[in-house]
Amino acid sequence: MLPMAALVWASRSEGKQAFWDAVTSPQSVAALKLTVGAAFIVAVLNAVLGTVTAWVLVRDDFRGKSVINSIIDLPFALPTIVAGLTLLALYGPKSPIGIDIAFTRTAILAALMFVTLPFVVRTVQPVLTELDHEMEEAARSLGASELTTFRRVIFPNILPGILSGFALAFAKAVGEIGSLVIISGNLPYRTEVSSVFILGQIESGNPAGAAAVAVVLLVISFAILLVVGAIRHFTTRHDRA
Amino acid sequence: MRRYALRFVALFYLAAILIAPLGIVFYRTFEDGFAAAWEALSTPETIHAFKLTLIITAIAVPLNTVFGIICAIAIVRKRFPGKGLLNAFIDLPLALSPVVVGLSLFLLYGRTGWFGGFFERHDIQVLFALPAMIIATIFVSLPFVAREVVPTLREIGDEQEQAARTLGANGWQTFRRITLPSIRWAVIYGVILTTARCLGEYGAVAVVSGRIQGETETATLRVEERYDSFDLAGAYAIAIVLALIAIAVLLLMTLVKPREGTT
Repeated sequence: MLPMAALVWASRSEGKQAFWDAVTSPQSVAALKLTVGAAFIVAVLNAVLGTVTAWVLVRDDFRGKSVINSIIDLPFALPTIVAGLTLLALYGPKSPIGIDIAFTRTAILAALMFVTLPFVVRTVQPVLTELDHEMEEAARSLGASELTTFRRVIFPNILPGILSGFALAFAKAVGEIGSLVIISGNLPYRTEVSSVFILGQIESGNPAGAAAVAVVLLVISFAILLVVGAIRHFTTRHDRA
Repeated sequence: MRRYALRFVALFYLAAILIAPLGIVFYRTFEDGFAAAWEALSTPETIHAFKLTLIITAIAVPLNTVFGIICAIAIVRKRFPGKGLLNAFIDLPLALSPVVVGLSLFLLYGRTGWFGGFFERHDIQVLFALPAMIIATIFVSLPFVAREVVPTLREIGDEQEQAARTLGANGWQTFRRITLPSIRWAVIYGVILTTARCLGEYGAVAVVSGRIQGETETATLRVEERYDSFDLAGAYAIAIVLALIAIAVLLLMTLVKPREGTT
């Protein structure tokens, strides 16, 4: 807690005006826009592909499924800097398949997809596993098509899982640094995200400016935690009723 | 038909993002033979970096385990003012950027920070030294044990604990003989996740360590330093060791998980 207080205090140490100037400088605004924009795109992609993956892992059956199931957690276990380096090896200048996206915004998306991959899968998967087959069978016997069954029976059940996975992936993507320092190239205004910008500000001896942008990230993190807490609260209350 | 389409989408997604890149790194590392990779690993700086990472992990993991268990018990079993707050804040390190964590420690323990003056007067180097790196690592890996233990504690309920207490067991005996055995798989799972996070920490440590080669450079920082000095082979070799540790962690997780379900 104390470190957070020190952070907020330091960001205000040079007055409100200095704080505002640091946050609204063109470079930090560009970084913040990129960070939030990329995080949002990645979280949306994750929500869709993560749900598909969770669905395949629960409902489908094929050889090697359990291996795939364990591999999902790899981004949690792998140091993020290693994640950045691995993506660079495949999609970088020496790419064996001829795709070179190094130091572009696409590379940022790819790195963020990698590190946030498990979130939606791991929040949707348990709900899908526990979902009562009888409900679906009932819907189908009452004449609902497969799409209608999914839309009106399955989807409402897994929606809280998708949303909290989405929020967690978004939070992780906003704060991500390790995988980005290598693959993004950190070009100001182009591929520099906020966390890399903060690191640069610290290293060039401007901790107050770094603190100002950090406070913005801190506020975003708090907001996301509140949203996740609200989703959790709502769904547990739903269960009890 | 749709089933195969879905399966294809899921597997292709995993292959493109996860499996193929990792395979390529393995290939690139050993492209020039095993000896070259070994040589890159056995420089004194790299060995020191791995040692440092292990020291930090060895200190952070036990502390976080004890703290995590205490927090989980407090959240599930006790009632106290500010409980909701603790419950929310325990997740903060997961949602917060590691750089922000590093920066706040930097400001707290730096020369002009609240604690900085105190340590400077007593001639204790915190920032750009081991203590700050340990604190940063503890911070970012804080929630894992508690998050694994909380749901298990909720599920087992407290009937057995109450029974133990009516039979005359004191608090510590109840914990050691009733609570701990029933949450042990959750604790082990949490410890595995904590260890992985400690070994792989980059952002927070990058801020507070000062990255002094051979002194405060951890394995992950060393990967970046090698990459920045255009020594790709060296960077890959260290990355591979870290990746192998990650895969070992993954195997351990898979071994622990099914048992968790049966107890």
